[in-house]
Amino acid sequence: MDTLVSKYANSASSASFDNADNLGDNLSGWDAANQFALPAFDIPMVANPVDFLRAHTDASAENRIRIQHGTTTLAFKFQGGIIVAVDSRASGGSYIASQTVKKVIEINPYLLGTMAGGAADCQYWERELGRRCRLYELRNKERISVAAASKILSNMVYDYKGMGLSMGTMITGWDKTGPALFYVDSDGTRMKGERFSVGSGSTFAYGVLDSGYDFDLSVPDAIELGRRAIYHATHRDAYSGGSVNVFHVKETGWEFIGNYDVGELHWHYAAQPKGPVV
Amino acid sequence: MDTLFGITGKDFVITAYDSKAVASITLMKIGEDKSRELNPHTLMLFSGEPGDGVHFSEYIERNIKLYGIRNGMELSPRAVSSFARRELADSLRSRKPYSVNLLIAGYDTKTSTPALYWLDHLASLAEVPFAAHGYGAYYCLSLLDRYHRPDISEEEGIKLMQKCIGELRSRMILNMPDFVAKIVSKDGIRIVQI
Repeated sequence: MDTLVSKYANSASSASFDNADNLGDNLSGWDAANQFALPAFDIPMVANPVDFLRAHTDASAENRIRIQHGTTTLAFKFQGGIIVAVDSRASGGSYIASQTVKKVIEINPYLLGTMAGGAADCQYWERELGRRCRLYELRNKERISVAAASKILSNMVYDYKGMGLSMGTMITGWDKTGPALFYVDSDGTRMKGERFSVGSGSTFAYGVLDSGYDFDLSVPDAIELGRRAIYHATHRDAYSGGSVNVFHVKETGWEFIGNYDVGELHWHYAAQPKGPVV
Repeated sequence: MDTLFGITGKDFVITAYDSKAVASITLMKIGEDKSRELNPHTLMLFSGEPGDGVHFSEYIERNIKLYGIRNGMELSPRAVSSFARRELADSLRSRKPYSVNLLIAGYDTKTSTPALYWLDHLASLAEVPFAAHGYGAYYCLSLLDRYHRPDISEEEGIKLMQKCIGELRSRMILNMPDFVAKIVSKDGIRIVQI
């Protein structure tokens, strides 16, 4: 933390570039490794960034910033790769801010990230991750592994631990080792897994997902399971809703499967017999 | 809350951790590794604040490994624990301290003795014959007081560890599914079925 403060005491933005002749001098000291150092991201110049954030996010605050919190997202590995399914509701307290949020963030053609917690935090840091993954690719002439990508994200957000970041994300993709799925959150937790669900509706999604899961599921059945788990979560969780976005991660990269309005899904499932309990 | 155990024996240390990863009320994963191998004869187990355990222990791991590479000899378990304590103590006086509880199990190849160090989030360090962190400690320290001997054999050590885990399974309200046990001895670190 103290090292952080000393770093920002001399902010990168204050570096002098006004003299064009000096530009080359600045670049000659350019070190590729620094690209993976702490990001040059300003934190509020206050004693306690957490209190600062709270003052702007509490219900009573003037100029309140609304932070998207409620969500249901899930991802699971199976025989055919990985299915990623998410809802699309953005809520600020009891207010529905949007029903058409893209909660699957396309980092690059082989990497997907999901969004739960603070929408801005997830978007910003996953875009930053995308930039770093691209730099890795250019330097090493090969794609970054999902393990390494998720660790970059985990390390970045861990540097800001306790400063109010809020994100729970799943990083998925296909690399040399095959399909990979990692859970990364703003506490600094990062773990590899077979099946995760994140967000306020995650308990509901887990209920359907766990009971219907089988590694040997066919691709259409796996897509249907992911879609249905999110639908059931949106049905029970007031902070989840809108539509379901489904992605399939394959060896050739990810593929967008579809967007399904949960209102229409509801009547679709209502008309369908429930089938035997397996 | 995570539970960690360590028991020293005649020529080994047996350690165990519950392999659950929990996020609020949800069990996210079974089979999470809550230990890091610091060098071929030293193992660190961690629990506490999510994220801190992995980041702190990997930081220690890399520094200990670096020492081994630079000097061509490994630090003793005592030196490792002292280094870890100092890092934790320095962090404690920073604005954002690591909130981790640790057990450091090692086998000193120079003196041919096993060693177990207990280190809490306030950086107090103690060398102990057996140790526990987390709620499990409340159930099992008495049990270890009752049955532990310094000359315990590996077979008995495993049995004692099973007794501790059995007690947790029967008395703790939390479900304690899978424990992972690792033994540190002169041959290095290995997983044992528990």
